[in-house]
Amino acid sequence: MIISRRKLIVSGLATTAGASGLAVAAHLAQKYGLVPPDHGGIYGLGETLTYASQRLLTRHSLAREFPRNQISPRPFPNYLDPLTDDFKRLQGGGFADYRLSIDGMVHQPASFSIADLKSCPFRSHITELACEEGWSYIAEWIGVPLSHVLHLVGVHPQARYIVYVSMEPDTWDSIDMADALHPQTLLCYGMNGSGLPVAHGGPLRMRLPRQIGYKNVKFINRLTVTESLKKFGKGLGSIGAEYGYAWYTGI
Amino acid sequence: MATLESAQGPMETCISSSVSTAPVTMVRPRHSVLVRVTHWIITLCFFALLLTGVEILISHPRFYWGETGTVLTKPLFQLPIPSSRRLVPTGYRYVLPDQNGWSRALHFEAAWIAVLTGLLYVISGLLTRHFRKDLLPSKADLSWRALLTSFAKPLRFERPSAAESSSYNGLQRLTYLFVIFVLFPLVIWSGLAMSLGFVSTFPWSVTLLGGHQSARTIHFFVSLALVLFLFVHVLMVCLAGFWSRTGAMITGRTGTRKEHA
Repeated sequence: MIISRRKLIVSGLATTAGASGLAVAAHLAQKYGLVPPDHGGIYGLGETLTYASQRLLTRHSLAREFPRNQISPRPFPNYLDPLTDDFKRLQGGGFADYRLSIDGMVHQPASFSIADLKSCPFRSHITELACEEGWSYIAEWIGVPLSHVLHLVGVHPQARYIVYVSMEPDTWDSIDMADALHPQTLLCYGMNGSGLPVAHGGPLRMRLPRQIGYKNVKFINRLTVTESLKKFGKGLGSIGAEYGYAWYTGI
Repeated sequence: MATLESAQGPMETCISSSVSTAPVTMVRPRHSVLVRVTHWIITLCFFALLLTGVEILISHPRFYWGETGTVLTKPLFQLPIPSSRRLVPTGYRYVLPDQNGWSRALHFEAAWIAVLTGLLYVISGLLTRHFRKDLLPSKADLSWRALLTSFAKPLRFERPSAAESSSYNGLQRLTYLFVIFVLFPLVIWSGLAMSLGFVSTFPWSVTLLGGHQSARTIHFFVSLALVLFLFVHVLMVCLAGFWSRTGAMITGRTGTRKEHA
């Protein structure tokens, strides 16, 4: 097959335009925070397209909220690893000594008891928790908006991510500021009109109704505000991402 | 050496006659370059989506209707297969290994590539009038007699005639249009309706389908319909001559050119 000169020129120009277009897109995506920390590897393209498009589409959108009569009568807590001795000791004391510490790029590192958090203005929403496995249920979630606590400690303007660590061994995750400051993102201490059961992550769980279940980490006791996720674990943004589970789970 | 300038638009392949002394007739390729390339990209994505879809499915092989559903609620139905999660009651004594991490990643990546490729195909199909010329059935195609004939022929293992190998019959046209404009959009829609992020901006996309779990159940059945189409499609290709039809989708040429030479 012989390629005509015109075809050669046209395809050459198209390739150049495509390549420079991609380079510009990559630069802009980095600048506007549209690249997820787990963007490397063979699935990086998919992860980046999903995260970037959802960030552009959903930055301020609210998760669907449901009427009270749609609350699932039996919320499914999923499998839980055996609790650690440290956790059991705190549980024995009614979680009176449970603390949530906040450090990193903040003006005033602080530590909150559950009672401290309960004295903050609270918000509740009736939203669906959907697991990556396929099941889902609706519950009322009660807690203090993460944005409120971040406001109390004063976040540096360069901060881009909040890392949250669980009392479960080797369990941590992170979110970007769009999710951290989102009004429905809660440090959740209550469920369906009462306290948050331990099976559901009590005394304190991260509740992100716009992301999949596993991102809603149970038993959180430490928040770190940071500019970069590179120094956390393998730098992929979450422990899940180190096992191949996406960092961003809007889908 | 002569290079023929394409007379039928930019999608044409140029056929050169270097050795043959026979007069070269300009044959319109059976399938344009764009159709061939998008066909195989989507084929590849489809298999990736199918494999990872099954993989994700086995972590919860139960289906529900409405908004919610867990192992604590009654399912619409449950597939009689083992699961990769120990809390799913399956009746099997073993639990399959968890493969959801990479399966979800590949599922969404393949979906992105398939959707973008599909968009390219649909836009170019509209611009080049591919749908109107090659897929829109004529009135005559749609008569019951014509449709019945096209349905009965393959059942009698009758090979399509030469005329039929350069064009589609009414039944094929309707099927392709249904797959392109009904099944694919539905499978994309029901997939996106399960995305918590997507539905926070477009809540109607999930409420119209009846809820999160309904969307999942619809996604499953539309995928089944697509798999059924794939089976029949490959069966028909085999019946018509696997190598000549597959070759036409790769090179664009039908085997008939040799006969003319």
